[in-house]
Amino acid sequence: MIGLAVLLGMVLGYAALKFKVDGDPLVARIDAILPQTQCGQCGFPGCKPYATAIANGEADINQCPPGGDAGVHALADLLGVEYKPLNAENGVPKPKSVAVIDENICIGCTLCIQACPVDAILGAAKHMHTVIASECTGCELCLAPCPVDCIAMLPIAESPDNWKWKYPVFEIKVVNS
Amino acid sequence: MLANLFKSSKLSSFNGGVHPPQHKLESTRAPISVLTIKNAQQVFVLPLRQHVGKVSKLLVNVGDHVLKGQLLANADGQMSAAVHAPTSGTIVSVQDQLIPHPSGLPDIAITLQADGEDRWVEHHAMDYRSVSKREVLERLREGGVVGLGGATFPSHVKLREEAKHPVDTLILNGAECEPFITCDDLLMRERAEEIVRGIEIMQYLLNTKECIIGIEDNKPEAAQAMRDAASKSQILIAVVVVPTVYPSGGARQLIKILTGKEAPSGKRSTDIGIQCFNVATAYTVHRLVNHGEPVISRIVTVTGKVARPGNYDVPLGLAVGELVALAGGAVENTEYIMGGPMMGFTLPSNHVPVVKAMNCIIVGKPEIFPEPPPAMPCIRCARCADACPVSLQPQELYWFAKSDNFEKARDYKLFDCIECGCCTYVCPSNIPLVQYYRYAKSEIIALDKAKQAADIARERNEFRLHRIEREKQERAQKHAQKAAGAKTESAKLEAAPADAATKAEEAKKAALAAAIERAKVQKAEIAPKNTEEVSPQIQADIAAIEARRAEAGLAEVAPQDENN
Ligand code: SF4
Ligand code: SF4
Ligand code: SF4
Ligand code: SF4
Repeated sequence: MIGLAVLLGMVLGYAALKFKVDGDPLVARIDAILPQTQCGQCGFPGCKPYATAIANGEADINQCPPGGDAGVHALADLLGVEYKPLNAENGVPKPKSVAVIDENICIGCTLCIQACPVDAILGAAKHMHTVIASECTGCELCLAPCPVDCIAMLPIAESPDNWKWKYPVFEIKVVNS
Repeated sequence: MLANLFKSSKLSSFNGGVHPPQHKLESTRAPISVLTIKNAQQVFVLPLRQHVGKVSKLLVNVGDHVLKGQLLANADGQMSAAVHAPTSGTIVSVQDQLIPHPSGLPDIAITLQADGEDRWVEHHAMDYRSVSKREVLERLREGGVVGLGGATFPSHVKLREEAKHPVDTLILNGAECEPFITCDDLLMRERAEEIVRGIEIMQYLLNTKECIIGIEDNKPEAAQAMRDAASKSQILIAVVVVPTVYPSGGARQLIKILTGKEAPSGKRSTDIGIQCFNVATAYTVHRLVNHGEPVISRIVTVTGKVARPGNYDVPLGLAVGELVALAGGAVENTEYIMGGPMMGFTLPSNHVPVVKAMNCIIVGKPEIFPEPPPAMPCIRCARCADACPVSLQPQELYWFAKSDNFEKARDYKLFDCIECGCCTYVCPSNIPLVQYYRYAKSEIIALDKAKQAADIARERNEFRLHRIEREKQERAQKHAQKAAGAKTESAKLEAAPADAATKAEEAKKAALAAAIERAKVQKAEIAPKNTEEVSPQIQADIAAIEARRAEAGLAEVAPQDENN
């Protein structure tokens, strides 16, 4: 009986997701532009709900700080609307960071696991927890629930691996004719 | 005799190319000088990333005594290469250090202090025909063999026989087309037979039908030496002299010249049955397989404003400044270029070590290459397009890169650009074109990576929502079952478990409170750096996030009990 329930639950859950994704191609296209940080700064509980709200005309295109200016431009292009600067009420773009748990202090309460939108935190009840850095989106949602404040956001350092060539600084001079 | 088949009249040519001043004579007057390690205090710095692919895995600890040729860090997976000790000595540190990289950023490296004995680890030759090819490839992987032309791509990956793409032509690149660089020239002149031994191993591994060495016609001695050595080989090796034009040493360009074939945009040369290696790589394959010696040294051209320009067989890890001092020293406070004037970059410091990719050091960058006059607007003269060996439209690429129009740049085949610098070289407006392409390429690569990460995050988020939904339904199911079962029980019995449940809940809360208390005490003792100095700004941010979460209904997503 429980087995059947689990199975049904999975089928239902899967169908619900599938339906949502395939259901509205516009939502999917908006969602493809959003950075998937799943931080909620836009005022919606994740990127997909924000995408849905934009598609339904219930939200503006400038509410996602992690997407930055480039994100707003891309949304404006997709939707054929005027660009507008990011709404400061939603927050400002920050350098990409990852959460790091101070494992000496963590009491293993699992509250951060429950907050993490992408299951990037590992650990069992009453054991120290740790963040899988490669999966962490830097949403900061785990910070607030931690009862002992042992999670910090560390900006991702520049290394020869992720370093980017800079825009040439040479000034192009216009000849006076 | 096969060489006769490749008369220069039969050679193809690639589009464009340029003829910059050669400056090769300065460094070819003296034979290669082999630097030996006599100084017992000599320090070597060995970055763990000297190749394309994953950082190698450290095998030693600080304080370990190691022998010359000993494996210090092993290849991590297939796309990686090993690092070995260039001499015997002690590991004194493993930490981030400045490396020869255009970023000027430090990276993880091993520091080895020589003991002055230069004592080899036990090593053996391998009879490669009597073992399986897999074993030979494994030896190449463990021996740290990478492309020494500058690309440092792990060679064992390129020497795998692949059923999908059989390789029937093996090309050895001895073109060395870039000005100032002469390390391959001298290597071919002096160690031709050893190069040929290496080519034989490569030919055996890939089972190719033909084998061609391409050498520019400005290196007649090298071509003659290679011809003599090739004629003594049991396999057929053709030595083909190609006209001197930059960049004939680009893999695609050399393949085009020698075979007339071109891999389509975005495809590799193996898709058309051709594999290409640098002659110096063949040399290291020979040393490793036939002598058991891993890659612990390389030939470096030291030229420019230096007292004794020439080629030096240098142990990897030696500081560039010390190498230049051994070459007679340089004027003070000058800058060094690693590589040639067309594709090289300015070294961040003269303390960086010699690495596998380092084919040339040009001393005196500001003296030899004064800053170009300021750039002017593009006049659309199309000289850059005429010079581009890949037949791109550099002026369009420049426009798109400059205006961050990355999608367009990609459409115009930005990633086919080999950054040869021909366009920059001919541009009458002195526009640093290649710098714009490098900028655009790294932006696009970063955007692609971010997109991949976003796709993974979306998937994981959907999976999580799905899981929460499922758990909710399961719980509802359980409750419904319990409720149905409970109806048959008496009211008295019903009260008891409920009571127990509240008690358990209270106990749990108490335990949590105690744990928090303990952590607080511990925290006070440890005094962590991250939470003590939370600025009011961050505190406000956290509060704001929390408020938003509550508003967005996120708080209820986090259930309070951990056991369900
Ligand atoms: S603000 Fe956060 S949750 Fe909202 S769309 Fe942007 S990344 Fe997604
Ligand atoms: S919320 Fe904090 S204390 Fe609780 S498990 Fe996560 S890191 Fe540890
Ligand atoms: S060579 Fe320079 S000026 Fe001429 S078209 Fe190309 S970028 Fe423009
Ligand atoms: S740098 Fe790129 S665009 Fe310029 S000539 Fe070379 S391949 Fe062509």
